[in-house]
Amino acid sequence: MQIDLRTVSIQPLRQTFDPVAEHIGGDKPASRYLEGTIGIQAEDNFHYRPLWAPEYEIFDASRTAIQMSDWYKLKDPRQFYYGTYTLSRARMQDTAEADFDFVEERGLADSYPEAAKKLALDVLLPLRHVEWAGNMNSTFICAYGYGAAITQPCIYQAMDHLGMAQYLTRLGLLMDDAPALDAAKEAWLKDAKWQELRRYVEDTFVLEDWFEVFVAHNLALDGLLYPLVYQQIDKVLNAQGGPVVSMLTRFQSEWYTENVKWVDASIKIAAAESAENKAKLSAWTKAWRDRAIVAMKPIAEFALGADGAAQMETLIQQFNDRAAKLGLAL
Amino acid sequence: MSNVFIAFQTNEESRYIVEAILQDNPTAILNEQPAMVKIDVPGSMTIKRATIEEKMGRPFDLQELQIHLITISGHLDETDEEFNLSWNH
Amino acid sequence: MDMKVKKKLGLKERYGLMTRGLGWDTTYQPMDKVFPYDKFEGIKIHDWEKWEDPFRLTMDAYWKYQAEKERKLYAIIDAFAQNNGHLGVTDARYINTLKLFLTGISPLEYMAHRGFAHVGRQMRGVGPRVACQMQAIDEIRHAQTQIHSMSNYNKYYNGLHAPRHMLDRVWYLSVPKSFFDDAITAGPFEWMIAIGFSFEYVLTNLLFVPFVSGAAYNGDMGAMTFGFSAQSDEARHMTLGLECIKFLLEQDPDNLPIVQRWIDKWTWRGTRVLTLVGMMMDYMLPKRVMSWKEAWEIYFEQNGTALFNDLARYGIKVPECVNQTFEDKEHISHQAWATFYQYGAAADFHTWMPKPDEMDWLSEKYPNTFDKYYRPRFEYWAEQHKAGNRFYNNTLPMLCQVCQIPMLFTEPGDPTQICYRETDYKEEKYHFCSDHCKHIFEHEPEKYVQAWLPVHQIYQGNCFPEGTDPTAPGFEPLPAVLEYYHINHGRDNLEYEGSEDQRNFEAWRQQATKN
Repeated sequence: MQIDLRTVSIQPLRQTFDPVAEHIGGDKPASRYLEGTIGIQAEDNFHYRPLWAPEYEIFDASRTAIQMSDWYKLKDPRQFYYGTYTLSRARMQDTAEADFDFVEERGLADSYPEAAKKLALDVLLPLRHVEWAGNMNSTFICAYGYGAAITQPCIYQAMDHLGMAQYLTRLGLLMDDAPALDAAKEAWLKDAKWQELRRYVEDTFVLEDWFEVFVAHNLALDGLLYPLVYQQIDKVLNAQGGPVVSMLTRFQSEWYTENVKWVDASIKIAAAESAENKAKLSAWTKAWRDRAIVAMKPIAEFALGADGAAQMETLIQQFNDRAAKLGLAL
Repeated sequence: MSNVFIAFQTNEESRYIVEAILQDNPTAILNEQPAMVKIDVPGSMTIKRATIEEKMGRPFDLQELQIHLITISGHLDETDEEFNLSWNH
Repeated sequence: MDMKVKKKLGLKERYGLMTRGLGWDTTYQPMDKVFPYDKFEGIKIHDWEKWEDPFRLTMDAYWKYQAEKERKLYAIIDAFAQNNGHLGVTDARYINTLKLFLTGISPLEYMAHRGFAHVGRQMRGVGPRVACQMQAIDEIRHAQTQIHSMSNYNKYYNGLHAPRHMLDRVWYLSVPKSFFDDAITAGPFEWMIAIGFSFEYVLTNLLFVPFVSGAAYNGDMGAMTFGFSAQSDEARHMTLGLECIKFLLEQDPDNLPIVQRWIDKWTWRGTRVLTLVGMMMDYMLPKRVMSWKEAWEIYFEQNGTALFNDLARYGIKVPECVNQTFEDKEHISHQAWATFYQYGAAADFHTWMPKPDEMDWLSEKYPNTFDKYYRPRFEYWAEQHKAGNRFYNNTLPMLCQVCQIPMLFTEPGDPTQICYRETDYKEEKYHFCSDHCKHIFEHEPEKYVQAWLPVHQIYQGNCFPEGTDPTAPGFEPLPAVLEYYHINHGRDNLEYEGSEDQRNFEAWRQQATKN
């Protein structure tokens, strides 16, 4: 006998899981984002101390100077859980795939003006390594951060950075060939204009406070570097050679627009929590912003020439305005 | 010689994949279970892109196997054309 | 125009440029400071470039295929919820397996997510680091798809409401919790052997394949889909574990004894944890696909033999504990179920005695042991229950210091005697369920003396809600402990017969068949 189960109207005993109900203030239907996020990290009665860091519990809120009364306040405004995250990136990669195919099939990379191509490759290919640094730092925060609300988007962030490093690699292979990647790595390791940036990211690799890593990489570095490369330098390339490079880096510029929402929300909530948090976040932001400016200057000058200094000023002003909106005092 | 194995969820696409594996691996043993199908082959197994494409009548990327896979056993070696599982003994 | 001919890159070369081509040796900060944790275990790596990438998925392909899997999975979860699919399962006893799954396994998927993020940051080689990160993101997928698949069950049935809270507290859930806590607190290479190799390669097939096939057999399309969908990622994880072990053994002969000890330890730790799965398969699935013993033979003995034969060329030996599993596979599911039946008042799911036809099935599947050692006791309990004396054990069991399972296993060679082992360390006595757990302790006593043993903690008064006064007149410890666990007495625990779950399920099913 086939039972038509759809016709049964039954009352649920409860709407959601305990920690979610507590978080939203009562037993109400909750989104998949909330059910897959709130309270899912272990918090109590850990059995053993890490051999590699016995001063801490496995998950330990004291790994950062930032303090929150409830770490699940740091929700992701994009409401990404794994399913929505992958669906969103699958859509973006569909577009990227079509863009790469379009450029390849029509031989647009070959007809791209030589000078603009050289500039694009000189600037973009060493950034593969900055993306890789972003991957390492985001993985770090995911591993040692506290509460699934903030650590979850960090693994997505890590994989995004890896994906963008791979898109830059493909751009290099499409516009040039594998040796161009080696040359760019050599520049990253030795060329004077990249050294302050490399020093910057290597210094972030040895930070111990994961929230400082968040500020140094996601806010200060990305907040200046992405607008410089994917807005300012992109404009120059467009003027010189048309939109081919814009097409091949569309993923990065769309990603940045979306990513800012999450970075801003996280900083804003943490800063609003207490005067101590605000002071700490402000000090970190100021210190890392100043270093990021030093690191990026040679690249701005290289790509934008005489206009570089003025454009950097504009970017810094925009960054400072953004920080002020987040409640930071720089 | 031990068996290598692979298992797929039973669905329209995996039906073709299973057909292709059985064709390319004459010693394969088919084992159908609720919602899944498992194929054991003594020693090693080769899954060929060309054979799957022929069965499906469309281009197939071997990485699409990911969508239907349940489990494997043996050392994996993957190229654009073949997906190989083997034991070294 | 650029006229040089580009070489067409094969999958391996291309993947190399997309991953290991990205890394560099730092010079502004010493590499040992950037990667501080990958040397202290004594593992010697001479050339990370020798790492062979198992699956070669770039992120664009990863997003594309994973999104397709997610689309399919959530379509089924939605349809299952909209159609009251939960009323289509064989009977409501089945739902108790989901409670054990959601409290005992899903939070571990989350731990695996964080553990692989940790190792995915700390391994010096770029190849393994990327592979670990991919596993880190897959594992949060598993935690979430399990939560989302069971979210609808939580709305209608008891015991699914606080999985992570319970994992951090409840006595039997300290078994899986301590397993993952043990692995994540070890060094990064031990983590890879513990989780990447022993758990993923040797053991997860037992969890996901026969059990999930069983879920399908019992009409639970939701659980079947998340299970198989998760397992498709496991295929990648298993190859990572296997690649890792080969890599370590090929790098330096000095790695062999370290790796062998980890394999011995984690094969045993994993085997003990799987006792719970054995019980789920033999007792908690109303319709059974295969017995625990059969699953063990296919997925551990046959597959494991193939694996160990393969690793023999590196000098790896089959762990000694495997000999004990040949005997144990005929006993452990019965011994575990007998224990949960007795301690059903303190469990987050319902327990029951098998029906006569189910006992016959067990006799057939376990001809050497079931009738001789277990059936008489089970029939006695069933009779007692019928007579109104449902048996509950109101004491607390002694736990093994290592695996944290109550002392329920029997002596090798004598299934009528409970096996006890003990050892002294710094003037304290420690107890174990087996020689193998004792050996694990003796190798790392400083680690295992830290164990948060739930029974000890109850006796020390650490498992009552905040503000409880155990010295107050008339204080009852069990209700206080259950409250601390978030187990609702009378709804989540006790006998299945007469439970709210059973009554609701029957009433709702009746509604479906009448006007």
